[in-house]
Amino acid sequence: MNNFETIRKKAHTEWQLLQNSPIPVIYIGMGSCGIASGADKVWKQVHETISKEKIKAKVLKVGCIGPCYLEPLLDIQKPGLPRFSFNNVDKKKTIRLVTEFLNGEESKLKPLGHLDSQQKEINGIRSFWDQPMLKNQERIVLRNCGIIDPENINHYIARDGFKGLVKAIELGPEGIINEIKKSGLRGRGGAGFPTGLKWQFCREASGDPKYLICNADEGDPGAFMNRSLMEGDPLAMLEGMVIAAYAIGANTGYIYIRAEYPLAIERLKIAIVQMNDLGFLGKNILDTGFSFEISLKEGAGAFVCGEETALIASIEGQRGMPRSRPPFPATSGLNGNPTNINNVETLATVPCILREGGDWYAGFGTKTSKGTKTFALVGKIRRTGLIEVPMGTTLQKIIFDIGGGPIKPFKAVQTGGPSGGCLSVEFLDLPVDYESLSQAGSIMGSGGLIVMDEHTCMVDVAKYFLKFTSQESCGKCVPCRIGTTRVLEILEKITQGKGEIKDLEMLETLAHTVKNGSLCGLGQTAPNPVLTTLKYFRDEYLEHIENNRCPAAVCRDLVEYRVIKGKCTGCQRCVSVCPTGAITGPRSELHFLDLSKCIKCRACYEICRFDAIAGDAIVIE
Amino acid sequence: MYVKIASTTQSVLNKFPLKDKSNLIQILQAVQEKDDYLSPEAVVRISEHLSVSRSYIYGVATFYSQFKFGPPGRHSIRICLGTACHVQGGDFLSNALQSEIDITPGETTEDGKFDLERVACLGCCALAPVVMIDNIIYSRMSVIKLKEMLDRYE
Repeated sequence: MNNFETIRKKAHTEWQLLQNSPIPVIYIGMGSCGIASGADKVWKQVHETISKEKIKAKVLKVGCIGPCYLEPLLDIQKPGLPRFSFNNVDKKKTIRLVTEFLNGEESKLKPLGHLDSQQKEINGIRSFWDQPMLKNQERIVLRNCGIIDPENINHYIARDGFKGLVKAIELGPEGIINEIKKSGLRGRGGAGFPTGLKWQFCREASGDPKYLICNADEGDPGAFMNRSLMEGDPLAMLEGMVIAAYAIGANTGYIYIRAEYPLAIERLKIAIVQMNDLGFLGKNILDTGFSFEISLKEGAGAFVCGEETALIASIEGQRGMPRSRPPFPATSGLNGNPTNINNVETLATVPCILREGGDWYAGFGTKTSKGTKTFALVGKIRRTGLIEVPMGTTLQKIIFDIGGGPIKPFKAVQTGGPSGGCLSVEFLDLPVDYESLSQAGSIMGSGGLIVMDEHTCMVDVAKYFLKFTSQESCGKCVPCRIGTTRVLEILEKITQGKGEIKDLEMLETLAHTVKNGSLCGLGQTAPNPVLTTLKYFRDEYLEHIENNRCPAAVCRDLVEYRVIKGKCTGCQRCVSVCPTGAITGPRSELHFLDLSKCIKCRACYEICRFDAIAGDAIVIE
Repeated sequence: MYVKIASTTQSVLNKFPLKDKSNLIQILQAVQEKDDYLSPEAVVRISEHLSVSRSYIYGVATFYSQFKFGPPGRHSIRICLGTACHVQGGDFLSNALQSEIDITPGETTEDGKFDLERVACLGCCALAPVVMIDNIIYSRMSVIKLKEMLDRYE
């Protein structure tokens, strides 16, 4: 333990030196999402400019702070001042920022906010945390994301890292489990099983060795909470794994992670090496005699592997097919031994609970759903990104106060990925917790929240999810394999304008059969998108069936493209982008669209809307 | 060709000396990393090494969408069809792309320039719709932008 104090002191000194750096420090948000919006170009430009201008500055990579719509984000910290954050930085803005801001010239570029959590306003600039997207959040799991360098363990330690582990060792396995039980923490992967109880089952199970698995196979399309967390603060999850392993008595741990997340994999590997070097992992952790090793297993692309027993089969090198439970993995899991599986976010929450106490954590949230939850807020919404709010926050608050609402009128929000449902406007006052969501026919899921507006067709959304689940069904049990396919066929029929009223009844019957008859969670929840849309958006189904009309103008077989006379400027931009030659017309005259050649690819529609000389003359009806 | 594959496969197998079936997926991933796909010759070598049948290996490999059984194009296009991308028009991108390069997902163009794959989610949902070409993610794509993008690849 004395050793830990030395490590902590050293880390603190390094962190303080960075905060009070005598030369400017530039932080660039370099999560996968930041890189996709151009952060790597910003990174290159910063280096070029500082070397050209001979400016002495330190440049650091940080993770994603959350508001993706502001990316790429670049923070500048000048000596004696806190970090100032600049949003939507491109190459040009980078050059100006570095030259003007760092050379002390009067710059017209105003920062979005400062990152000093103690002060309200500095030099007329308000706090970054006062941004509408951030001020309603409660950041516990995400507290380090975007703040620290995820590849530097000293940053993590300086911000109370491994204090939870030290506390855990003092408490001992039983004490840890009690503390987790007190906190009310439930599985953040979606099902919401109480974590403390899960650990206890595995601890009490007979069999040796025991295994701990971190489920980082974030397969829900539309969700990226775990990716951001592993990229921005990988050590929190790893510390949680050591604590969990100590509690259940496991010496071997696996992280089952999607191969699609190369950056997260790289950062985890770096973090594991650093933990080994400082004695937080490996043999005789912090002189306790307890040893724990972690290895990474890359998933090979199968959604069903998010299911516990399928995941275990995949780690064993087999086809990732689920088996019936019981026996549960807690008694018979990997290689037939007791195995505990937790989600990334669950494990990353554990160190905070140990550090601050179970009662503290239970102070957030509702009676049955304690603490906070991260959500990926995406779709038709102004402020997209990753957020963390206390359980029980209403959908209204999340979508409108934090997310700024959709630009067009709100239609629905989809929670829980392919296993969840679509909730209509009447549910905006619904508190987001495990029970409320499942009563409404949806589920909490891992935390994807996809907002839909009037240009989203709900029948098409249901069809989309069923296409996904029918493709991802492992094929082991009949209700799921055949059932999801049949449901999909009916939905396809409806979106092609060939539906009949009796199809709706058939859909419901089939959906209930798949739900009740399937072996694992995939099939048991796959019909949720159909059932909820049938329940809350029945008129859209009827409109497709009775009037052959898609109100949102999405279903291809039910819409036509038209050129509006009087609006068309005859600019020929659409003629040049049409892949099939369906649009013709001489310059400066009304263009003609041949529907028999039109493949409805939307190229003409897009160019007509966004091109400067075009007249927004093409409509889809 | 055969000699090359045999030697790369062998170099991968040397890293997994134990006859441990649980390493199968990792071996397949490592072989594909080197050869770009799983050739029949490589599968034979792996089956001898682990003493499992070829059908067992194909059973496992075809279960996972990551594994390919034919050589890919010079550039790999992965079109994201996650929920956020779908809602933002990913399906239109996918259709436009298929008619532009005239292949369906899982195929390679005749000239060997592109291969196409649909993926469930690239985790960049806030920037939807996204398309990944080789290892670069292009965000907020449109049918027009995609066409311009394709012209830039040789």
